[in-house]
Amino acid sequence: MKKIQNPVENEKKEWQKQKKQQTRKTWLTIFSPVFLLLIWQILAQLNFIDARFFPPPTAIISTFQELLISGELVHHVSISLFRIFAGFFLGVLPGVFLGLCMGLYAPIRHFLSPIVMALMPIPTLALLPIILILFGIGEVSKIVTIAGSVFFPVVINTVAGVMSIDSTYLDVAKNYGASRKDFFFQVAFPGALPVMLEGIQMGQAIALLTIVAAEMMGARSGIGYLIWSSYSAFLLKEMFVGLILISFFGYIFSLMLKMLERKLLPWR
Amino acid sequence: MSQNPKISIRGLTKVFYKKQHSVMALENISLDINEGEFVCFVGPSGCGKTTLLRILAGLESQSSGGFTIKKSGQQRPSQSMVFQEKGVFPWMTVAENIAFGLNMRQLPQSYVKERTNYFLVKTGLSKFADMYPKELSGGMKQRVSIARAFANDPEILLMDEPFGALDEQNRFILQEELLSIWTETKKTILFITHSIDEALYLSDRVVLMSAQPGKIVDEVEIKLPRPRKLHDIRSHPEMTVAFLQIWRHLQGEVQNARQEDERRM
Repeated sequence: MKKIQNPVENEKKEWQKQKKQQTRKTWLTIFSPVFLLLIWQILAQLNFIDARFFPPPTAIISTFQELLISGELVHHVSISLFRIFAGFFLGVLPGVFLGLCMGLYAPIRHFLSPIVMALMPIPTLALLPIILILFGIGEVSKIVTIAGSVFFPVVINTVAGVMSIDSTYLDVAKNYGASRKDFFFQVAFPGALPVMLEGIQMGQAIALLTIVAAEMMGARSGIGYLIWSSYSAFLLKEMFVGLILISFFGYIFSLMLKMLERKLLPWR
Repeated sequence: MSQNPKISIRGLTKVFYKKQHSVMALENISLDINEGEFVCFVGPSGCGKTTLLRILAGLESQSSGGFTIKKSGQQRPSQSMVFQEKGVFPWMTVAENIAFGLNMRQLPQSYVKERTNYFLVKTGLSKFADMYPKELSGGMKQRVSIARAFANDPEILLMDEPFGALDEQNRFILQEELLSIWTETKKTILFITHSIDEALYLSDRVVLMSAQPGKIVDEVEIKLPRPRKLHDIRSHPEMTVAFLQIWRHLQGEVQNARQEDERRM
């Protein structure tokens, strides 16, 4: 039995215990990637894995430094980021607009959804030859490739978002005499936003996949090119720098979108 | 029927038609409601009460017949509805929700603000003005819904079981608050309910409806003087009579429906 004399003291101890557990969980999360790198380092140094194929993290870090100092890395990263951002916006903006139109107006939805459904399963990368013919080998073709792959999940989620708005809200808007414009901006858009953002989240992941593949196939710069050209020249340390960068940016982007979501949906 | 009614409904009929099969939801509804009257509609589920209210609210159209809502000449909207639940927008704050009708009518912001604040105070929501509905209880949300309708200053108010989803305590409190706002604003209110007690406590007149086809079968005047106390509807002998009258009607309707089902089987 617990001591009866001081209930507050007992609860305080309990609370401190829970807080300690919380900190321990946070440390576990931070430690897990460090742990993986440590294992890798040890295995490589003990020659359990072939250091030519899996160079130890310390070697990758020093290669990273060399590339950073020579300016090569900044060049590849900045060109890739430019392509990702430009392509992302070029895909998201028309995707949101078309998705809202399709969700709100049944004739537009019925007319366009077969086209969207037919085009969606085709990987944009498979269209790269056609995109190259249409837009040349310059920056535009890469941006269009990303835009194309981001576009579809955004459209589909935006339509689903509009359709998911509870019909009571539509009734309220109608009953209180909302104009077309007010209905669009005050009811349809905010109502569809949560599902729409899920589509944008998906689009961001796809944009990253696409840029690497597109740069491997038809580019002279960018992170994808760095990975592929390093591999071709058997410069595996350089290749790993590229791979780790992709992982890093993927994490940063999804973190940024999570923050944006919190800002845009304070009501959730 | 009175001389100069606020709402006059004449021969209103609604048929739902689907695949060669039609259901008479409302049959030949004729009814006059006076300015400032509080009328409750009571009937079994599926008697078309909600359909009637939705037609008056402009959310559905009647199959034949019609109705008029007398305008008091100003820029007022003819009606505003309070919905069962889920009627407040989760992406707007309490204040934005209450101001919704006023904003839709493009009224000057100073006026919108003044009226919103007035009803925030009236419904005891001032402290919650900048909160989102997710932080509110069911009773609070319905307060927002009611405040939004009154702030819009319509000719008549339509309420579709606004307290149906609330627990008893909250229902009593909101009923009392509704009566206090109604007394002050003198609005004409059409109110749907399943609760006989609620109908007796709130209304001047209870309209009894039957199901399939949805018809008005009887009316009960509630002559209990105002302001009313909740316990009046238990202690007052006339109210007991009214309660039993409505109760027998509902019982009869339920039995008819059961017999109808058995006959079909």
